[in-house]
Amino acid sequence: MPHVLLIEDDMSVRDGMELVLRRHGHEVDAVATGEAGLQVLSRPRGGGIEIAVVDLMLPGIDGFEVCRRIRARGQLPIIMLTSRGDDLDVVSGLEAGADDYVVKPITGRVLEARIRAALRRAGPLTRTERDDFAGLVIDRAGLTVTKHGTPIPLPPTELRLLLELSASPGRVLSREQLLELVWEHDFLGDSRLVDAAVGRLRAKLEDVPAKPRYIQTVRGFGYRFGPL
Amino acid sequence: MRAAKQAAAKTAPGTVARPPTTTEGGGGRPRRRLPRVDGLRGRLLITVVVVALISAVTATALAYRESRDAVLKRAQNAAVDDFRGRVEQLVPEIDVPIDPRSMARFASKVSSGLRGSLVVVQYRDFTVGSDPSADRTRITPELRVAVRAHPRVSLQRVQYAGKPWLVLGAPVGLGPPSGPGAAAQPSGVEIFAVVSLAEEERDTAELVRSVQGGLVPVVLLAVLLALLAARTVLRPVRRLARATRRLATGELSIRVEEKGRDELAELAHTFNETAGTLEHTVGELREQEALARRFVADVSHELRTPLAAMTMVCGVLDEDADQLTPDTAHAARTVSAETAKLARLVDDLIEISRFDARAVALTVHELDLAEAIRASLAARCWTHRVETDLPPGIRARLDRRRLDVIVANLVANALRHGAPPVTVTVRAEDDRLTVSVADHGPGLPPEAARHVFDRFYKADSSRARSEGSGLGMAIALENARLHGGTIEIAPRTPGTGAVFTLRLPLRTDSAS
Repeated sequence: MPHVLLIEDDMSVRDGMELVLRRHGHEVDAVATGEAGLQVLSRPRGGGIEIAVVDLMLPGIDGFEVCRRIRARGQLPIIMLTSRGDDLDVVSGLEAGADDYVVKPITGRVLEARIRAALRRAGPLTRTERDDFAGLVIDRAGLTVTKHGTPIPLPPTELRLLLELSASPGRVLSREQLLELVWEHDFLGDSRLVDAAVGRLRAKLEDVPAKPRYIQTVRGFGYRFGPL
Repeated sequence: MRAAKQAAAKTAPGTVARPPTTTEGGGGRPRRRLPRVDGLRGRLLITVVVVALISAVTATALAYRESRDAVLKRAQNAAVDDFRGRVEQLVPEIDVPIDPRSMARFASKVSSGLRGSLVVVQYRDFTVGSDPSADRTRITPELRVAVRAHPRVSLQRVQYAGKPWLVLGAPVGLGPPSGPGAAAQPSGVEIFAVVSLAEEERDTAELVRSVQGGLVPVVLLAVLLALLAARTVLRPVRRLARATRRLATGELSIRVEEKGRDELAELAHTFNETAGTLEHTVGELREQEALARRFVADVSHELRTPLAAMTMVCGVLDEDADQLTPDTAHAARTVSAETAKLARLVDDLIEISRFDARAVALTVHELDLAEAIRASLAARCWTHRVETDLPPGIRARLDRRRLDVIVANLVANALRHGAPPVTVTVRAEDDRLTVSVADHGPGLPPEAARHVFDRFYKADSSRARSEGSGLGMAIALENARLHGGTIEIAPRTPGTGAVFTLRLPLRTDSAS
């Protein structure tokens, strides 16, 4: 069963979430600080952790910093847990590399759905192809992306987004379609997730992120891969 | 953003009690104006110049009259003296009756003693002049009558050919004068002399010209003085006006300089006092308001953490309720339901306190209205409870999440308080976009229509608690305003229910 790292400083919330997650069959490592969480991840093989649920406001290093450090060492899916939900917090969290965010209070069912969706993104895709887009090679079997021979490591959400967009080059996908395809959210999800992920992906793929070649914005409609 | 917010505040209907902004009427822009004739400066200038002109002209006129009279009198006296002397000197040379030749001689002799003048001698029907060609009409009948009546020299001033002349006349007496004052015996000979006063006229005209020349500097000086006076009076007035304008725009720290001890200084002092009081009061109010806002925000945030724990655990209680005793199960379900309500209320409170703190921003994308509204309804499983009239192809730049909040709150309100069928209609006209939500209930009484956007307003006072938080409509209106739009309620008409119309500016420009 998926192994969850829960970083939450409030004891009651932590206990409640741990209870719910265990009832859904997860193995849970629940810690109160970002430092403790990073310590768990630094155990051999990342302590077997498959996904992290991180509170934003933490004593010591905060949730943004935890996100950045987890991103710096690997592609572990991260769900940001925020009690503020202010635009600035959400956007900063997404830019720090979180794959999704949930605003407290949240029911166990919604959290479970979000975790499953994030884990599915990390799971293998069935298609087996290898595409070469003007030097950008996407290996759908090996789930690797290289540009002019240089490997580009991508976290699961961004990889999924790239795979969905590049599956049909030239076709415009709206933010809502991408939300459904990649995040498996219904409409009530937030298009800021899509914009933040596209922003991070561009920063890694494009020569000039401000003038994207691969992932282009179609104003008023959404995003499109190419045409190159 | 801010401009949009202000516009929203201005165009919003008077449904929510909120003081109008202080920039009403656009009086806040300091504008450089040209001096106006009807302004204080113009009036002051005109008054001073008019006064200066009146006094200068009056003084000049008086002086002119006096000096002219003096000049003329002197010339007149001199002429009379000359004339009399000359006549008296020559009288012994004539005999009566007199023949025309000696009359002519007499005339020319008198004339030669009077500078450039015409002398006319008359005896009975004979008239002889020193210059035969000269016009004698200058000797008027009145003068002739006067000469005949008085033994002394009579005189009259006449205008002839545009020039002033002095006409003298005297009867010529016979025999040596028997002493001063005693009249000689009349001889029947009358002698007239016409003397030019052109020189004197020229002298007085010269005087007028020089006075006229003096008027110009006087007026200029008056203008200068008036400007100086206007400056000293108007400068503080203008400063005060500027300060008042800035105070009106909300710059409460503005003060003016209090100089001197005059009325203007007093006015400036009063202004400063007023501004000081205003600043203090407004500052206190703002502080209180900020405290109240922060309190609501803090309370809401503090509530979130225990709610997060409760919401989590309530799911467990709900799932296991079936295995509990009926009483415990009921208790568990009640706690769960109330926790969910509390969570919604706290969410709404946080949202509204963020509006109050102006901490909300729009994330706009161009979107398809029909699609977005259908998705809103579908997400809440309302699709078969709500009729829709959504023409395809209407696109606008909106914040999808906030549009969803507005539509959800309007439809929820219609479903809860109105009667089915509930209809959602979208229209785009020119640059406006309208989304109407209508139900077929009894409609809103005017009292309810006035307060429906108030926070925690309950249309039915007997129902202490409703399903919603009581903040939904207020949040919907705030979201509409954030887009630069409004929400209006149609007045109640028989046969139709309540109709709420969201009006938004229709922006589809590609600038992002």
